[in-house]
Amino acid sequence: MTLNTHTLLQKKKKTILELWMKNQLADEGLREDLISNEELRSQSEELITALVGNLSGDNFSNLESDEWSPVIEILGGIAITRARQGFSPRETGNFVFSLKDAILDVLQQEITNDPATLFVESQKVNKLMDSLSVVTFETFIKGREEVILRQTDEITEISTPVIRVWEGILALPIIGTLDSARTQIVMENLLQEIVETGSSIAILDISGVPAVDSLVAQHLIKTVSATRLMGAECIISGIRPEIAQTVVHLGIDLSNIITKATLASALAYSFKVMRLEVKKVTVTKL
Amino acid sequence: MILSLSKDTVQVLKETDVVFLRNRVKEVAVKIKMGLVNQTRLLTAASELVRNMMRYANGGVCMIEVVSSGRMNGVRLTFSDSGPGIPDIAAAMRDGFSTGRSLGLGLPGTKRLVNEFDIKSKVGEGTVVTILKWANG
Repeated sequence: MTLNTHTLLQKKKKTILELWMKNQLADEGLREDLISNEELRSQSEELITALVGNLSGDNFSNLESDEWSPVIEILGGIAITRARQGFSPRETGNFVFSLKDAILDVLQQEITNDPATLFVESQKVNKLMDSLSVVTFETFIKGREEVILRQTDEITEISTPVIRVWEGILALPIIGTLDSARTQIVMENLLQEIVETGSSIAILDISGVPAVDSLVAQHLIKTVSATRLMGAECIISGIRPEIAQTVVHLGIDLSNIITKATLASALAYSFKVMRLEVKKVTVTKL
Repeated sequence: MILSLSKDTVQVLKETDVVFLRNRVKEVAVKIKMGLVNQTRLLTAASELVRNMMRYANGGVCMIEVVSSGRMNGVRLTFSDSGPGIPDIAAAMRDGFSTGRSLGLGLPGTKRLVNEFDIKSKVGEGTVVTILKWANG
């Protein structure tokens, strides 16, 4: 008796789906919190319909052929949504692997008296499902990478805010590494704000900069020079002891820049320059 | 004699790899209980060298090693690239010398920040810089 696995699978689609659903629902890793049973069922049904619908006798091993593209598309879509929903790789992988189990179970039930054929057909199904799971993983990882890239973009987009701490005094806290692109943004924001507010003092706080090397120092010096050209004075604050030592060892000359250890002392200095005084009010008790 | 206890290599090709490398170096430095000042010196030195690598050689590889000599532990970093190389090392090691319009403090400054410094370069083949910082040296 000659037997076509693909016609058999097409005929047994319903059974496979039931078996697959049973497998998935019985799995401990079922994430009912992320996906409802109905949704899981419709996903599974969609995939299996596309899968058996596109099966023919000779395309088992060739996943590159056009007939497979709808299946890969559906599988890719499922993998990407799962990556975004926060499924683990194992859970996503199990989705495909449990289908393989179901198909193999059906094959075993159908081909009872011919071990050789069973082996050959199982082998074929195995290969096919393995390449499908590879596709799933590739897409899953791509989905995750997209999430990471989006987060990277978001982090770089966190702009450096210019804060008006007092009439005529601006503060600019810099957090993270200062590279050329960042310095450009910082400088533009700062200079623009100086014009708009007519400030005469700008405080650059570098408490959040992890390391000051010669490039960062050069960027700082440039920013200070540009601020001075605008007629404002620039103070660099937030220099930690270890950074001070490193800067000295590197041989960077920051002596013609006003530097302070903390933002508070920079502010106090600014008040002094602007001849402002902060006083504690003595409250007379009634 | 200096023994190498662990080895790890980091590829540096993009701007974002610089931060990753710095974090790895920091991890290693913290592990051998390097003081905060020495940590910062080592990180700054690494940062200088990796920037040179990015700027002049379009990236390269950094090997991070934990080394031990008797009772002292330290971190050794080896930066290798296959960039254009440095024609005049003596000039490059001088304060204020730069071919790239920077402050010219990268290499000489780095040398002052670490305990051991070694640079080898062949024009057209690349540059290898090795630095070593002891945990409390």
